[in-house]
This record gives sequence, C-alpha cells and structure tokens, in this order.
Amino acid sequence: MREKYEPVIGLEIHAQLKTESKIFCGCSTRFGDTPNGNTCPVCLGLPGALPVLNREVLRKATRAALALHLHINHESIFSRKNYFYPDLPKGYQISQYDRPFSEHGWVEIPTSERNATGQAIEWRMKRFGITRLHLEEDAGKSLHEGMAESATKSYVDLNRSGTPLAEIVSEPDFRSSWEAYDYVQFLRRTLLYVEVCDGNLEEGNFRCDANVSVRLKGAEKFGTRTELKNLNSFRFLQKAIEYEIDRQIEVLEAGGRITQETRLWNEREAKTVLMRSKEDAHDYRYFPEPDLPPLLISEAFIQAQREVMPELPEARRRRFVAEYGLSFDDAAQLTDSKGLADYFEAVVKASGNAKAAANWMLNELVRELNHSGKSINDSPVTAEALAAMIEMIDNQTISGKMGKDVLIEMYQSGKAAKEVVEALGGAQISDVEQIRAMVEQVVAGNAKQVEAYRGGKTTLFGFFVGQTLKASGGKANPQIVNQVLKEMLDS
Amino acid sequence: MPITKDDVLKIAELARLELTPEESESFTVQLDAILGYIDKLDELDTREVAPMSHSTTASGDTEYSRRDDVARPSLGQQSAVANAPDSEAGYFKVPKVIGN
Repeated sequence: MREKYEPVIGLEIHAQLKTESKIFCGCSTRFGDTPNGNTCPVCLGLPGALPVLNREVLRKATRAALALHLHINHESIFSRKNYFYPDLPKGYQISQYDRPFSEHGWVEIPTSERNATGQAIEWRMKRFGITRLHLEEDAGKSLHEGMAESATKSYVDLNRSGTPLAEIVSEPDFRSSWEAYDYVQFLRRTLLYVEVCDGNLEEGNFRCDANVSVRLKGAEKFGTRTELKNLNSFRFLQKAIEYEIDRQIEVLEAGGRITQETRLWNEREAKTVLMRSKEDAHDYRYFPEPDLPPLLISEAFIQAQREVMPELPEARRRRFVAEYGLSFDDAAQLTDSKGLADYFEAVVKASGNAKAAANWMLNELVRELNHSGKSINDSPVTAEALAAMIEMIDNQTISGKMGKDVLIEMYQSGKAAKEVVEALGGAQISDVEQIRAMVEQVVAGNAKQVEAYRGGKTTLFGFFVGQTLKASGGKANPQIVNQVLKEMLDS
Repeated sequence: MPITKDDVLKIAELARLELTPEESESFTVQLDAILGYIDKLDELDTREVAPMSHSTTASGDTEYSRRDDVARPSLGQQSAVANAPDSEAGYFKVPKVIGN
C-alpha cells in the first residue's frame, strides 16, 4: 500500500544566531538567567521603544547564507507579522516576508535510508533546494506547568523575546523521513562549522518544523499538507514524519481526505495529534516594519564575510581523503565537528603522522571523551600532547600497546607523555646491547630448549621471545628481541 | 472593492475587538469611505515610479542605523514586571493559554 504513494516533505528551521545581545536591543541573550531579567522597553514591547538592528546578526546571517549557497539580496525589508499571544508582547513579530535577506540556495549532502536497526543502507549524494533564509526576532517563553497557579494561569518569561533567529525554509524536496533527518543534521553541523549558531536543541537554539504530504506516485500535484511542530530532537522529527506519512496514507486509503492542519508530535504516545485546523489558521497581515529602514547589504560586506568563512565539512572531508589518505568513514568522523577536524590537523602538523593521528583519535581519544561527556575542545590531552605520544611510538621509545595505557593516563592526569612513560616504569628498551644481554641469559638458562630448537623444533622460538620479554618486565622492544634471538639461535 | 460588514467583523476578530451591531454598521460605512478615498490614488499613473515601503528611503540606511553587538544592562526582573497587572516569581502571569 505504502509503495503506491510518494511523500513530499519541506522543512523550516529556526536557528538562533550566536550574539551577545538581542537583534534589536542591547539585552543579553544568555540562556537560563532569572526570568524577565534580560528585558528592556524594546523587547518588552513598551510604547515608544524603537528597534535598532544588531550588526553582528548581519555578519552571522551572511556566513550562514553563503554556506547554503543562498543569494543575498542587496536590499531586503523587515515586516511585521501580526498575531496575539502572551509571549509576543508587541502583538507582532518583526520578521521578513516578501523581500527576505537571502533566497535560492541549495545543499548537496550524503543521505541514506536506514534498515530496521537504524543502520544506513547505502549513502548517496542528493541535492536539496533552500527557498530562503530570513531574519526575525524570537518570541518569549510561556510556562504552562509547574507553578503555583498553573491550573488557571500561564507564566511568561520574555528573556528570549528579541533573540536573533535565522529562519531557513527548504523546498519540498524530501521524499523520506531519513532524507529530512540527514538534512537537518547536516544543516546543524554546517551552522556550527561557520560558527553562527550553537545548535543546542535542549536550549531551543535550533528548532525544526516539517510540512508533510503524500501523493500517488507519478502524480504532478502535491497532496494537502499538514504542518508538524514540537519536533525537539532529530529522532522525534524522523519518527513524527514517518508516523504522519502512514497516517495520511491510511486516511486516503479509507477514502478520506487530508485536512490542512497543524499537528504536534507526542513522544509518549508516539503519534501526532491535532493542534489547530485551518479554520483557525492565522491571518498574519504582514506589512513593512516602519520602524526599520530597508536593510542594505553591500557586496563589500558579503566579500568580507566570504573571506573569513572556514572550510565547510564536505570540502574538508574530501580534502582529508585526498591529502592524508584517510578512508571516507574516518574522514567523515573527523570532520563531524570543526573542533575535531582542527584538532586532527594540529596533531598531524606536530607529529607528521596522519594515519596514527586518525587512529589514536577515533579509537582511543573519542571513546575517552564520550566516557567523560567532554567535547574535543575540553580534551585534557591537547593536540600537541597527543602528537608527542605518537612520536614516542614512531621512534620506538614506547610500543603501540604501551601507548594505550600512556594515553589513558595522560587523559586522566593531564600529564605529558614523557612524564607518564617515566612514571609507568620507563620507556621501551630498544637498545640492542641491553637486549642482547637479556637474550644471552635466557639462552644460557634454557639449554634443553635451545638444543631442541636447534634440533628442528622451531616452534620453540615463541618460548624464547616470551622469556626475554618477561625478563625485561615487558619493556623490551619485541622486534629487536626477535632479531637478536634469530641471530643467536640460528647462528 | 467596497468594504462589507463581513470584512469589518473579520478585522475586529483579528484585532480582538468586540463591536456592537451599531458599531459594525457605522465602521463599515466609515472604512469604505476611507478606502474609497485611497482608491483615488489609482488614478495616478505610477508605472515609472519604484514602489516605496518606507518614508526613509533605502539610501537612509547607513551603518549609523545599526548597533554593535554589546550587551548592556537590562531593566532587571523587578522593574520588568512592576507594571504588570499580575506577576509571580518574576514571571508575567496571564490567563491560561494552551497550544498556540
């Protein structure tokens, strides 16, 4: 039944642009401060207060737009979007409507369907259109539960009122919930990379709504769509879309019709529920905001931002494969965040060993970080410290096996590799004369075995290696032990 | 296009205004007259004139109409809610709203 239909999905993302102060006033954007502590006449909507645009918002928005291949309009205008809600003190939101900040963008990203256990089936590149990115102010926050009179009252905190947002609207280009999932992940990563948004879903600075419809395969016309809200994790987004596709197909198959409406994802019941139907849909009566002049962005301004753009994740991943000989997967993991990729390149620069840098980071360091819930930026082992350890392995001061213990100790104590190696009982013994002395003792103390070995029982070789390593307290370089043993036994 | 009573009722609803039957009648006539007056502008030939959304022209937007991203002291919680009809624990308190 499902095969007869094709889902059509469009996504709207609200990303909070990372600034110190709000978009139209000097109040702090800090999260979690005392309720209504960061407010002033402008963001409280008091009469006579006038908005003044924050320059930094334009820099950040420009970088976001460039990363998404959007065309930035040299002139755009702010508009008032009128509606009543207690967390919107002015009775309108300053947003952009018919002349947005930027338009006509796209991204080309890896995407894949998933099997029942959530594993990607086959990655392929797909291009998704981005209709526009425009600027607007956020509303405040309403608290509906947990206060003394919550049964009859709602509580309003306007600290978030006036926080700068970029609304990023996609084309209806997604054909499955996983495409939508891969896109929002990609978008979040990109905004983090160009350092315009913290991408923190818990703090609400990256929010997502989805428009979902289905149509018979091959049909030209879109079906009636529903809008999904309250998708506050990527997994919820994917599950809600999946549920909504099934629900719509079921309605259509039963001979029913889809009504245009807004639905909320209810995680507990794992379904979408009706929030409002089209009958009480808003009529926003947009008109140009008379308190703000048209927004002019010069080519020079755009160019200045273009020059400070970091390398984007996709390009960096491709370069890591080409320049350092990494596998696609390793490169993808290392470019997952800018911090990780920067760390990797710092280790490579200091150690000159890209393969080892990738292996130690992905096999050991990332695990330790995940264990202690730290990000790479807070790693107790700096890139230089890891590079120093890799060098000790490369010049055979310690064995690779020892390296694992050394790294864990470095991670826990914050000490340098050299210090840790000394504390752990000294470096690996690679001195041939020293090893020869040990081997001589082993050979002298095991005359019977030596005889058997020379008589053809060559499997005893491992026995001698073991005895020598044991004699060295595990510190002898096994390769050199092998070499010296061969010399002495086979001569 | 004349203003109908339905238009007036819809605008009143959107603006959360309660109108008496008399008011909705008289506002229909008044709004129709005002818009009729504005219709006069259609008689002008504006084919060569660029649309203007603001009384300050685009060239009026210079760097001076923007501010640096510096956080300044705010009013603070006490002053913020001081004039509110109802507040508790630093929050504005409003009649219960559910959904959106």
